[in-house]
Amino acid sequence: MGYHAMAINQNTLTIDGKDVHFEQGQTIMDAALAAKIYIPYLCHYPGLPPSGNCRLCVVETNGKSVAACITQAQAGQRIHSNTPELNVVRKMITQMLFVEGNHICPACEKSGNCKLQAMGYYLGMHEEHFHHFNPRRALDASHPAIFLDRSRCILCDLCVRASRDVDGKNVFAIAGRGADAHLIVNTDSGKLGDSNLDRNDLAANICPVGAIMHKERGYVSPIGQRIYDQQPINEIALGEHVPEHKERDHD
Amino acid sequence: MTDQKIRIATASLAGCFGCHMSFLDIDEKLVQLNERIEFNRSPLTDIKHCGPSDIGLIEGGVCNADNVRVLREFRANCKVLIAVGACAINGGVPAMRNYFDLRECLEEVYLHGTGVTNPQIPDDAELPLLLDKVYPVQEVVRIDYFLPGCPPPADAFLQMLMPLLDGKAPHIANNQLHYD
Amino acid sequence: MLSQYPQNCVEFSAGHLLHKLYVLQQTYLHISTESMAQVAEEFELPVSQVASVVDFYAFFYQKPVGRYHMLLSNCTSCGYQTDQHNLLEIICRLLNVKPEITRPDGRVSVGETSCIGMCDHGAAMLINGVPLVGLNAEKLAHITHLISENQPLSCWPMEWFRVENNIHKQDVLLNEHIQPGSSLKKALAGDAQRLLDIILHSGLRGRGGAGFDTGRKWQLCREAEGKAHYVVCNADEGEPGTFKDRVLLQSYADALFEGMALCAYVIGARKGFVYLRGEYRYLLNHLQNILKRRYEQSLLGPSILGKAEFSFDIEIVVGAGAYICGEESALIESMEGRPGIPRIRPPFPVTHGYLGQPTAVNNVETLIAAAYVAYHGSDWFKAMGTEQSTGSKILSVSGDCRTPGIYEYTYGISVQQVLSDCGAKNAQAVQIGGPAGTLVAKKDFSRQISFEDLLTGGSFLIFGAHRDLLSVNQNFARFFAHESCGFCTPCRVGTRLLESSFQKIADGRATRQDIQEIKQLSAFVRRYSHCGLGHTAANHILDSLQDFSEAFDEKLVQTSFTPSINLDAALEDARQITRRDDADAHLE
Ligand SMILES: Cc1cc2nc3c(=O)[nH]c(=O)nc-3n(C[C@H](O)[C@H](O)[C@H](O)COP(=O)(O)O)c2cc1C
Ligand code: SF4
Ligand code: SF4
Ligand code: SF4
Ligand code: FES
Ligand code: FES
Repeated sequence: MGYHAMAINQNTLTIDGKDVHFEQGQTIMDAALAAKIYIPYLCHYPGLPPSGNCRLCVVETNGKSVAACITQAQAGQRIHSNTPELNVVRKMITQMLFVEGNHICPACEKSGNCKLQAMGYYLGMHEEHFHHFNPRRALDASHPAIFLDRSRCILCDLCVRASRDVDGKNVFAIAGRGADAHLIVNTDSGKLGDSNLDRNDLAANICPVGAIMHKERGYVSPIGQRIYDQQPINEIALGEHVPEHKERDHD
Repeated sequence: MTDQKIRIATASLAGCFGCHMSFLDIDEKLVQLNERIEFNRSPLTDIKHCGPSDIGLIEGGVCNADNVRVLREFRANCKVLIAVGACAINGGVPAMRNYFDLRECLEEVYLHGTGVTNPQIPDDAELPLLLDKVYPVQEVVRIDYFLPGCPPPADAFLQMLMPLLDGKAPHIANNQLHYD
Repeated sequence: MLSQYPQNCVEFSAGHLLHKLYVLQQTYLHISTESMAQVAEEFELPVSQVASVVDFYAFFYQKPVGRYHMLLSNCTSCGYQTDQHNLLEIICRLLNVKPEITRPDGRVSVGETSCIGMCDHGAAMLINGVPLVGLNAEKLAHITHLISENQPLSCWPMEWFRVENNIHKQDVLLNEHIQPGSSLKKALAGDAQRLLDIILHSGLRGRGGAGFDTGRKWQLCREAEGKAHYVVCNADEGEPGTFKDRVLLQSYADALFEGMALCAYVIGARKGFVYLRGEYRYLLNHLQNILKRRYEQSLLGPSILGKAEFSFDIEIVVGAGAYICGEESALIESMEGRPGIPRIRPPFPVTHGYLGQPTAVNNVETLIAAAYVAYHGSDWFKAMGTEQSTGSKILSVSGDCRTPGIYEYTYGISVQQVLSDCGAKNAQAVQIGGPAGTLVAKKDFSRQISFEDLLTGGSFLIFGAHRDLLSVNQNFARFFAHESCGFCTPCRVGTRLLESSFQKIADGRATRQDIQEIKQLSAFVRRYSHCGLGHTAANHILDSLQDFSEAFDEKLVQTSFTPSINLDAALEDARQITRRDDADAHLE
């Protein structure tokens, strides 16, 4: 075997039997998306540092289950992702995210553009299965352009990372323990209105669900023309990434 | 299948009749369907109690004691019970009261709300007593199939019912799923 | 000499975010939004970080607790809740308070907390953070009286606060107190590599539960590159039923600090930390006195024992009530002043630990054993125990036995032997390694405590024949739901669902189908969670379903389906609001 062939071998793994080349330092998720292979995810966003909290991206390798978004790609890994068993597990996780919050899609401005909902469709979720928690979570409408409906928050941490790592503002954080975990705002009052969040910040636009919403922009696209009316999440996801660097707000 | 017609019963619990309306929306196919089915208890027939039926369709979640009784009657009498629509499946819009205590809700509506004239929480024994929360039907009885949507599109009813009429398990394709 | 020391000790209360918040909590009985903003400014942290820390740890409150704040340890061994009595109910009735709600006059509040490590002392509570042991109805009445007279704790009977060692069986570690400095002297006579070789050769493995090879850990840490290296002693001891570290910290702290210094010598650390669980804060003064003496003896500080290039300081960080902070990466997060959320691993702490630098995290007992190995040599150590489990293990024995307390054995001891030694005549099962460990049924009492067979951090919970194992399971399920950090979906939601499933069984509303679901859910939480807490949270359930399914069966209803909720109870609010009680106002 020549040197070149070796080098390629050293940077190749398989996902569901398909050879995938990866670069050193990439995660399994990075490698998969680069190869246009969809591994379901909710708390991941190409271009942001991964977190590993939702566990939708679970894959099997070497008899172990790992989260693809936080596991380094390694040469020779044989990864199973799109299997009936794993999709059942993912459906359970999705159901758990639904029952833990208050998701009333018919009354939600995000409906049709919501990734949690689209994940439910993709995984064939007909019902939530588990007992609903009916949590009482605070709403925050203090910001002129954005409102926060924590009832729908799935604690994915994307807004936290987007604000800290891209917007350079650190507007959000997750507080509390266990089932009491909840999103907080980094202001003395805890109110969004006192933060410097701008409607154009990535953090104001990254929420996969209807927890961080733009005011006065509900139901703009008619049913049938919303994102996931037209294309399923596995197709949309392959084109997704953090937009090129934005001007940071220094005030 | 024999010539005998498939008996279908329907009910609306804590729902808005939107699912029933959508069902009727299958238009001319309803005529075809009608050759193979007959309705038992249903808002469409005004029969008051559910007799033995092949298929039960439940619209709406469970918000009071009466809903529980109707739902149980359906479960006891229907071979196949189907939860139809968001409200049946997860409480839907009526479940928006679940973020509040029942007392808070009732006090707001009947005592402190704007425009209340004769402040008093109704306590008439004729009225069905409210449950503390609005529950999905599958938390109260066993459900065989779920037909999501708010309401489910007319075609989805056919996708669900046609195989059942032929004694087959229905399948709703993932790309047909809608929670709104 | 003394001038070096105060940095590490006297300023203790201000230097660390957790300590600052503790002082605020003590002073104002809660931590207000204003306080948080001030702390954020003082520590130059985002206010959201301070708020998330306050929110995460059980011993910080955002609403004032009572001037007498009592937290009953709600575990299975110490017996706060039995068929005969429920001490929580009794104290609440006596004091006229509701759990978790401060009495309107602000004098008292009562709540529950996870095991406080007083498992061999009968029912116990933390009152204003201090353990008060041997609770019973009579003592609660006395307490009520003292509170009504507004007596300060310092005037309460001293013996209520006396925590005993209860050492019933000693082996090599507990038998001997090596002279402070004697291990270090021997080690410093050679180079670090020689000491590392001794530890490697001894076969010493971690005593905190997972059993990673200690020498190997030190070696990896030593080889890892970084700006600084750190030693961390894990004294979080949160696994219910474990209290051996408490005894070691009380009576063998010199050996612990010696072990930490040895580790520092091997890995090249100049700084070490003891992460002490908040429940053991009462040991802080004692530990600091020993540290102080060791500075004076040149066993800590610059140029230890005259070795110019070897300096090492130890600081104590006190936690604030969170089981997850025993997990090493969560512990490090906590040390860095954040909520105890486990990190993504790899990288492991040995390469990326405290402040991102190579860090060796070891259990209290491991570090003490290391000090003994350094003193007596590896052959001495290897001669004890089994092939893969050298040396001895200290067990914390509690539950249904005559003499609960501390028992030290060389590895390989059978469960049966321990039971005979502690006078447990009627045991039906033993939970080894705490709720996260293994439930061992009577038929398996010949199994051994060792890394080959039954791993344990030391917890040995005995359940007598009369015990209702269902309620034990329910207690454990509650524990995990309460202690889940909330980071990942499977554990955050899964542990809560398991908790409510057990409620359903206990209420006599569950079916065989529910048991199937519990099994599935347990396997799911175990396999798909992010960290060790989730991976082990359902062990007790799967073990119990395997060996004690009858304890569940008895409670099941024979129908194929039952509602997820008690429907009649769900009408109770409405019955009260409408004052109705007619037939239609009830459901079967
Ligand atoms: C949820 C959880 C809790 C833990 N609690 C403790 C603890 O209280 N004490 C401890 O020494 N190790 C605990 N551990 C194990 C630590 O992560 C780590 O493995 C250990 O401190 C390493 O020290 P050792 O090798 O000396 O055992 C815990 C692990 C998990 C997952
Ligand atoms: S956030 Fe998504 S899943 Fe939740 S209610 Fe809105 S559309 Fe439905
Ligand atoms: S608000 Fe949205 S983006 Fe932020 S954590 Fe919640 S779900 Fe994720
Ligand atoms: S398994 Fe549990 S404790 Fe561990 S990260 Fe997940 S939620 Fe936190
Ligand atoms: S996408 Fe990997 S854990 Fe959420
Ligand atoms: S203090 Fe109760 S078992 Fe530990």
